[in-house]
Amino acid sequence: MTTPITRDAGGGGFVVELEKFSGPLDLLLHLIREDEVDITDLPIAKIADQFLSVINELGLNQAADYLEMAARLLRIKAQMLLPRRLGDDEWEDPRAELVRRLLEYQQIRELVDWLGRAAEHKAERFGRGYEAPPADAPPAPLQIDLNDLLSAAERVISLIPEPMLHRVVPRPLDVEGATARIQVLLEQHETFGWSDAVGGDPQATLVDVLSTFIALLELAKRSALTLSQPEPFGPMVIKRATAHEAA
Amino acid sequence: MQPLTKLLEAALFAASRPLTLEELISLEPEAGESAIRAALEEVRSSYGDAHGVELVEIAEGWQFLTRREYAETIERAQFALRPRRLSPAALETLAIIAYRQPVGRLEVDEIRGVDSGAVMDKLVERGLIEVVTRGEGLGRPLLYGTTPSFLEILGLKDLEDLPRLEELSVALRRPTPVDEPE
Repeated sequence: MTTPITRDAGGGGFVVELEKFSGPLDLLLHLIREDEVDITDLPIAKIADQFLSVINELGLNQAADYLEMAARLLRIKAQMLLPRRLGDDEWEDPRAELVRRLLEYQQIRELVDWLGRAAEHKAERFGRGYEAPPADAPPAPLQIDLNDLLSAAERVISLIPEPMLHRVVPRPLDVEGATARIQVLLEQHETFGWSDAVGGDPQATLVDVLSTFIALLELAKRSALTLSQPEPFGPMVIKRATAHEAA
Repeated sequence: MQPLTKLLEAALFAASRPLTLEELISLEPEAGESAIRAALEEVRSSYGDAHGVELVEIAEGWQFLTRREYAETIERAQFALRPRRLSPAALETLAIIAYRQPVGRLEVDEIRGVDSGAVMDKLVERGLIEVVTRGEGLGRPLLYGTTPSFLEILGLKDLEDLPRLEELSVALRRPTPVDEPE
């Protein structure tokens, strides 16, 4: 596959290259012209691959509009791969909407050429007293009357609803305590269950449960133990890691 | 030349923008529209090829413009400057608005495939498009249309001067199901 875009060897950048295209539809049309394929029968897999490789190379994947189009292309590509029954009347070509948008955009591009030429043409004839459009004037200075300001402030203040205050009580998690408790359990038992880890306390608070859970995840991350759940919704099994796994 | 014709000539000479038919009628309301139109034709034909300026029908009005062949010379002498060119993004947006007006920002974004907010703000600032109404539906979006300045910078008489969509080489096919042979 040839890359249809010429780039400078310096791999210059995002901004310059982005300006070559006025959007993802423009880039798609460019690829379609390069490949000389029929727009109404788009080889979607090929075009999608090229689109992705171009936006990767040009760093256009930083631009949301291009990413959105990339995602759309991949979805169409996937939809085209879905099997369909012969003579399936219900089947709608997943490319139809994109093709419609491309044709519509192509039409706009043709109008752009026309409008550009018309403007050039008109620019060759001057009216009387033509002046280049002035630079943006700074905004006029504000004139404020103190009384107006005060009454405006009163109006705003009267609109402020009574504040609702909530008292927020910090309930710090005791992850360290839970970690210590689990480490003791690990030394004593090769396997144990979730209720052992919580401490067997039926009065365990939400904070205790959360602290234990985070401690377990942390220890699992450090490979001090393994977590498993033999069946869906079944009890969790906590198992001491073997020396091999710990290494 | 009729007195009415001379009056119109003077008014058009003094104006630095196209004058609409209504404005020209207001100069001599008693004369009536058809007399004004006839007088305008007389001004136009009396300029004919004989002068360096000509009367041009533009932006739903009339304006004296210099003949095209003097553009370079006048510009070189810096008596007048060509207006700045419009960017491709601006032209794309203008094309969509010209053909779909009144049209909302979302539809422009959708057709261009990119966010067009900044471009549209610039076009409003330059007076080429304006809010013409509000749409139905969620948030009653602002709908935009082109202004007389749009016609003026393109040298168009009115919107009918734009190419018809059927004339374009890319005809927009409606998404109708293809009739496949049985």
